[in-house]
Amino acid sequence: MYAYSTFDHQFLKTRNAQFRAQVERRISGALTEDEFKPLRLMNGLYLQLHAYMLRVAIPYGTLHSAQMRQLAEIAERWDKGYGHFTTRQNIQFNWPRLRDVPDMLDALAEVGMHAIQTSGNCVRNVTADHFAGAAADEIADPRPVAELLRQWSTDHPEFQFLPRKFKIAITGSPNDRAVTRAHDIGLRMVTRDGAQGYEVIIGGGLGRTPVIGKVLAEFLPQDDLLPYIEAILSTYNSFGRRDNKYKARIKIMVNELGLDEVRARVDSRFKTLRAEWGGADQAVLHDLRAAFAPPAFRSAPTAAYDAAYAYDPVFRSFADTNLAAHRHPDYAIVTISLKAHGATPGDATAAQMRVMADLAAEFGHDELRISHEQNVILPHVHKSDLPRVHATLQAAGLATANIGLISDIIACPGMDYCALATARSIPVAQDIAQAFRARELDIGAMKIKISGCINACGHHHVGHIGILGLDRAGVENYQITLGGDGTETAALGERAGPGFAYDQIIPAIDRLVTAYLALREGAEESFIDTFRRLGPKPFKDALYQTGGRADAA
Amino acid sequence: MSRAFLPSVLTANDLFEGDVVYLTASGHWSRAHGDALLFQDAAAAGEALAAAQAQPARLVGPYLAPAQSGPQGPRPVHFREGFRARGPSNYRYGKQAQGMCRP
Repeated sequence: MYAYSTFDHQFLKTRNAQFRAQVERRISGALTEDEFKPLRLMNGLYLQLHAYMLRVAIPYGTLHSAQMRQLAEIAERWDKGYGHFTTRQNIQFNWPRLRDVPDMLDALAEVGMHAIQTSGNCVRNVTADHFAGAAADEIADPRPVAELLRQWSTDHPEFQFLPRKFKIAITGSPNDRAVTRAHDIGLRMVTRDGAQGYEVIIGGGLGRTPVIGKVLAEFLPQDDLLPYIEAILSTYNSFGRRDNKYKARIKIMVNELGLDEVRARVDSRFKTLRAEWGGADQAVLHDLRAAFAPPAFRSAPTAAYDAAYAYDPVFRSFADTNLAAHRHPDYAIVTISLKAHGATPGDATAAQMRVMADLAAEFGHDELRISHEQNVILPHVHKSDLPRVHATLQAAGLATANIGLISDIIACPGMDYCALATARSIPVAQDIAQAFRARELDIGAMKIKISGCINACGHHHVGHIGILGLDRAGVENYQITLGGDGTETAALGERAGPGFAYDQIIPAIDRLVTAYLALREGAEESFIDTFRRLGPKPFKDALYQTGGRADAA
Repeated sequence: MSRAFLPSVLTANDLFEGDVVYLTASGHWSRAHGDALLFQDAAAAGEALAAAQAQPARLVGPYLAPAQSGPQGPRPVHFREGFRARGPSNYRYGKQAQGMCRP
């Protein structure tokens, strides 16, 4: 993993001292709220419905045990003893007091963390495949490049005032776990004639104008990556719209200029920038690759795992749902579900954070990951350690075996916290998880994603079933989209029809699930596969109970 | 033609805690919606809003929120104001945990 340099530490120290002074000037009345707001947002501090919220970046979702322990410490000392992991691999503290935030930022800096550029019209936290460096299907670990992008974009003077926020995601695997096609720039590592490079996807995004990203470059040699990204940002900074906030994302620029014209402008800018960089980026990248070298994997018998799998049905259930294939055959990737049935998706208590940190330190080569699906991952666990890891997770209420199932729901904070929300998300997720608990193994793979407004932080457009909470004449109302997909076969869900009242959403989902179970060609055919085979009609008929009438017509 | 004025309370967030506050009849800021002064006419509400906007060292983002009178004082009209007056629905934090929220 990357360890902060002296430069990084000094930069944070200076920046935090500046913010401390800004907070003091706000409290003294020397700064008005209008003057202070952009300064606090640049440091990740929002004001939400009930309190301030501090959004802390977890670069490419990677952290080590000391960082996780510090997050627990911050949650206990200055918040209400828990944190909320987000769909952008960040963590949010929901109850800080203004006077305490400078101390919280200093505490973060102690472990090489910060909240810079978690808000504002700048390059946000670069997200990555949460299985990076561990996945069996990976071409190469994308995190050295993600860290290069983090260093390049942090406080980049040219890109602090972009037309709008800018999100970059990267994956090193053909199986896209980073939703690259729903980002301003998505990077997918590919190989051509034995050489590694990137497919560069541009102009994806969800929000009020959902767009699946388009391929700007099919194969970009990896040495060209940073100058090429800079050329994209530079082109966007020059030609992206600033007259209308809702048309300011790069996806609108791509739509209005056309992909070919964007490519021509980026290529032109790239020629200049490529020469200017002179390979400095490659020297940094070389060092970063060394920092992200894989840990020394242990060769040991896996008999303890095999025995537990054979004789302990609870462990077997956990292993079947929460483990993923590791690049080393004796290891597994463990996904710790933050989706216990009825709990708030993505929330972990300080005690749970410490348990996860301890497990990472003892059994996981000191690595943890946060997924955009709001779970925590131990990327490198030797199989022989899995029974002990599982037992420890069980004792901490962290052993829910539901990864990829209907209760493993993405949900934004919604109107329980967020000032932008138009309806609640969290209780909808809680209720769905409870309602389908008994049937979820039978239902199988299912991604439900819930947003509490059209900004789509809950990724509802790419949910197999997406739920969007709206305010309809002063009442919460929920639209359902069907057939979305956030993976390498990305697709936007299609709106099913009129929305449902808050108390009608569970019966509506139940009709969809019941229809699916009746329509599938056996338990092997997932909801999304059945939807793709049959199209939306039978699902809409079930949802709106129109099947009989449609057949009769 | 301006829209008809709806009876409203004056609300903001506290600068230090971020907590929701309401202007009371005595001119103080309370954490409880039920303590709020319910403005019945636009002119008085507008004056109070302007006065609140001139207190940047205490308040953030003051605005008028429609409310209706009830036996325990004014009650929110819109569900968003209901959550602001109560706290989140997933945990008993915020006003509901501080005895600031009346049924």
